[in-house]
Amino acid sequence: MADLHTVNKSPFEKSSLETAIKCSLAGSSILLIEDGVYGATKGTVAEDMVKGAMGDRKVYALKSDLMARAIKDDRIIDGIEIVDYAGFVDLVEATDKVQAWL
Amino acid sequence: MKLAVQVNEGPYQHQATDSAYHFTKAALEKGHEVFRVFFYHDGVLNGTRLTTPPQDDRNIVNRWVELGEKYDLDLVLCVAAAQRRGLVDDGEAERNGKDATNIAPRFRISGLGQLIEAAIQSDRLVVFGD
Amino acid sequence: MSEVKKFMYLNRRAPYGTIYAWESLEVILIGAAFDQEVSLMCMDDGVYQLVKGSDTSESDMKNFMPTFRTLGDYGVRHMYVDKDSLEARGLTQDDLIEVAWEDYETEEEVDNIVEIVDADQVAKLMAESEVVFS
Repeated sequence: MADLHTVNKSPFEKSSLETAIKCSLAGSSILLIEDGVYGATKGTVAEDMVKGAMGDRKVYALKSDLMARAIKDDRIIDGIEIVDYAGFVDLVEATDKVQAWL
Repeated sequence: MKLAVQVNEGPYQHQATDSAYHFTKAALEKGHEVFRVFFYHDGVLNGTRLTTPPQDDRNIVNRWVELGEKYDLDLVLCVAAAQRRGLVDDGEAERNGKDATNIAPRFRISGLGQLIEAAIQSDRLVVFGD
Repeated sequence: MSEVKKFMYLNRRAPYGTIYAWESLEVILIGAAFDQEVSLMCMDDGVYQLVKGSDTSESDMKNFMPTFRTLGDYGVRHMYVDKDSLEARGLTQDDLIEVAWEDYETEEEVDNIVEIVDADQVAKLMAESEVVFS
């Protein structure tokens, strides 16, 4: 069972990303959207947590939300895949269900 | 894929309704079916026809109406949440003695059962909120 | 055609500070009519929703906490509480309400369906559910 976990809040505002990682199984996907994309940036106190999750989960970030927040490619943790809304839809289809961590 | 979308927040205050809109649009453009978009909590505020956003900003309500028109979407505002927040259609106005209605076209007010039904009937429920 | 899905209601917010706890409860109550397989998962501040002894007499808020005690009658078979969230807030099972459940057809009874689960169980239970309401 591989679920898609969406996280829309910054890891510095709320613990939603941490909880999503804790509650997601190996093989699941995590998609960062809205303010959640701040969790995709390098050099933060959340980076190790995210990289740890990437060991057995796939992490994605939504392109338009990254762009709006001036997060350029070189500031994004290596290995995080950037997707657009069409890609978001594809992820929903490719996984078993969506869990929204608000 | 048959989708149910839930929107928990109102226009402009949170990005939730924007994300939900773009996701729903992308899904429809890819040929998927959106069984219902259900607006709950402050999400019901997306269904008022009385917003006047600045000209140079997106018109969130109209955007939902137009998408609803183009794809014949079922846009549902939860009745309990709508009553609390003052979203009124003709039926609600008559039932509750209100002297005005404010619901935008294409939206309808109905019960939480519509959310449950959407979750049962669809392949995926995608929730946008705060 | 009636389909039975495993529903999970995910509660992560404290009661009263926002309306989410109460309006999520309303979904569960309405959802009872649809005979799905329903569980509640309380984590993060959501564990506070099950703490007993709420008194709203001086705050003018509708006290919806007693409604949780009736969820056994509304088709909720499991009320899970995340152990880590509970402990981080200095709470134990003794602080939480007890909710009885009975299957009226089989007459199976459970004294208390409020169950504390660890992180691994939380992840597993959520993965096993088919629809998650956030």
